[in-house]
Amino acid sequence: MVIWDSSVLFDHWDRYMQGFGQTVLASLLALIGSLIIGTIIAILRISPYRWLNVFGAAYVEFLRNIPLLVVVFFFFLGLPSLGIPLDGFSSGTIGLMVYTSSFIAEAIRAGIQAVPKGQTEAARSSGLSYVQSMWHVVLPQAVKVVLPAVGNQMINLVKNSAILGVVAGLDLMYYADLISSDTFLPIPVYTFVALFYLVLTVPLSMAVHYMERRFARSNA
Amino acid sequence: MKNGFTRTFKQSVAMLSLIFILVLAACGNNATGGNASEGGSSSEAGGATLAAIKERDKLIAGVKYDTKLFGLQDPATGNVEGFDIDIAKALAKKILGDETKIELREVTSKTRIPLLQSGEIDIIIATMTITDERKQQVDFSDVYFEAGQSLLVKVDSPITGLESLNKDTKVLAVKGSTSAQNIREKAPDAQVLEFENYQDAFTALRAGQGDALTTDNAILLGMQQQDPNYHLVGGNFTDEPYGMAIKKGETEFVNVVNELLSEMKESGEYDRLYEQWMGVKPE
Amino acid sequence: MDFAGAYSWPNLRFLLQGFWMTLQVAGLAIVFSFILGVVLGTIRYARIPVLSTVIAFIVDTIRNLPLLLIIFFIGIVLPQTGLRLPVFWAAVVGLSIFEGAMIAEIVRSGLSSVDKGQVEAARASGLSYMQTLRHIILPLGLRRMSPPMVSQFIALIKDTSLAVIISLPELMRNVQVLSGSSFAYVIPALIFASLLYFTVNYSLSLVAKRLEARQT
Repeated sequence: MVIWDSSVLFDHWDRYMQGFGQTVLASLLALIGSLIIGTIIAILRISPYRWLNVFGAAYVEFLRNIPLLVVVFFFFLGLPSLGIPLDGFSSGTIGLMVYTSSFIAEAIRAGIQAVPKGQTEAARSSGLSYVQSMWHVVLPQAVKVVLPAVGNQMINLVKNSAILGVVAGLDLMYYADLISSDTFLPIPVYTFVALFYLVLTVPLSMAVHYMERRFARSNA
Repeated sequence: MKNGFTRTFKQSVAMLSLIFILVLAACGNNATGGNASEGGSSSEAGGATLAAIKERDKLIAGVKYDTKLFGLQDPATGNVEGFDIDIAKALAKKILGDETKIELREVTSKTRIPLLQSGEIDIIIATMTITDERKQQVDFSDVYFEAGQSLLVKVDSPITGLESLNKDTKVLAVKGSTSAQNIREKAPDAQVLEFENYQDAFTALRAGQGDALTTDNAILLGMQQQDPNYHLVGGNFTDEPYGMAIKKGETEFVNVVNELLSEMKESGEYDRLYEQWMGVKPE
Repeated sequence: MDFAGAYSWPNLRFLLQGFWMTLQVAGLAIVFSFILGVVLGTIRYARIPVLSTVIAFIVDTIRNLPLLLIIFFIGIVLPQTGLRLPVFWAAVVGLSIFEGAMIAEIVRSGLSSVDKGQVEAARASGLSYMQTLRHIILPLGLRRMSPPMVSQFIALIKDTSLAVIISLPELMRNVQVLSGSSFAYVIPALIFASLLYFTVNYSLSLVAKRLEARQT
């Protein structure tokens, strides 16, 4: 029984590439969306209005404590039963987006709160406006905390996007299942899939590692 | 900053190259499996599974848990019931003298062949069509059920059969099933979306994720019974003879299974089970 | 939607049975991934020639792969080479390896954060490197890394749901089965499952917060 045959990669290159493209697309769309939602939620959480704080906190705490699969199933199976149809790719991507936004909201909030209040006050008393002090004093420091955290979420997004395979989202994992069924060669098929994921995640994690070290040094 | 990115890039390339080299070195090219019996030429491999079953005093059968009429788990009791399950019990009775000496393991169309080849299960009794391609991977028993591929649609659907499928229709199927391959040939324009198992595919159909679900008529019939808002259309457009699958080279075990099938047919047991599950007598 | 039908006792019992399976898998994987993570993370921190580099390479590779792929690989693909595991243990092993790699990184950075001055002081007072590691660096570092570790365990509990890919009858698989029996059960089943996950994970996150508060 043949268990390894490298030719599956070349024979099914088109399907690998199609899946790879969808995986990249889903991760990017989900990243952009979760940055937007995450920023809004972070602002709600530090805003002076109590009921907005409560909403922000409930959003973050609920989503952080349930599995991504539950969120994706809600969009894939739950919404259609309420009359809103979403295909596998969309529901997978939106699920990833909503789930990840809770982690990004926390990262942004932590970043802003990492800047001591005294600095803002000092900036204000030296004559800067609120926006100016945010822009010149708070944000440059917050970015150092937020950027590596967002990078880590980007890596998680790529890895978590494999869940699209379960809802026929036409990603790498989905096509891997099809190629494996056609060739009866699961070992090489899934090994190559692993390599495709690593091509995306290894450079990302090296970049995050670099940022962490660089920012750590500039803080010292 | 620029140096940092160059270094990050170089490190990534180095790590990825190393992984790639390791993968190639570990696997070589066209490696063959160590545990699979090589072509069934060795005589001792011929009875290995049968001996293992007797030794552990239990038959491990890979069955469906999600397919009404063949193998369906009832959430209320946790029990799995169906035609395939009753055949599996009869096989346990034949080999071990007791139909309760059986362990059922859930398989899907995607996982059943790998699980059989690795020895996780002794036999696949899971609505599996006998095909030439699969015969190169596993050995099959005689045909124990004659099915044919068909389509399941909502009762008010405009789809009446294969000819209604075009580039705007989404057809749902199951990963690793013959029906998924067939539909891509028979309706090349239709979009085919494949799921892990029949239950997930049917739930997706009910969620409006597709216009039709395709698989064997007998499986679709079970879904139609579950939800009368759906019905079969277009008749059968393929022949799907089901066989039980056994690891390659286990001739002795295949003979035992075929013996059981002919005994069951002679005694009327087969007809009785068929009628019990399908509601009609076999043709 | 049919809440009354979905929440009949046999259905709830079926979901709770799935949750019990989830907890068993998670419990074992937490123990194994903790041991694995502490061992690998410490070796990586200790900069033992060759060994630390090899472990760093393996840990980084695993951390960068989707867990879904790892579980499927261990449960269905790897057995082809003769490494056989029942689905329950495939899920436990897959989770332990992946989360163990994540914890190894938490341990490594936790140990690195221990003040160099304390390490030097311990060495100067006559302790060997191993003694310093065991009695000074590990206890100090472990305390500091406990909040991120608890967060990782929460992630682990959530990640058990990925075992649906190998048909392990855990909570999400049973949600799928129940959703299959009636489409009106989909949302009620998802809500019930969310509440179960949320209850356990939120309680753990409160523990993590308390640990964090104690340190500052």
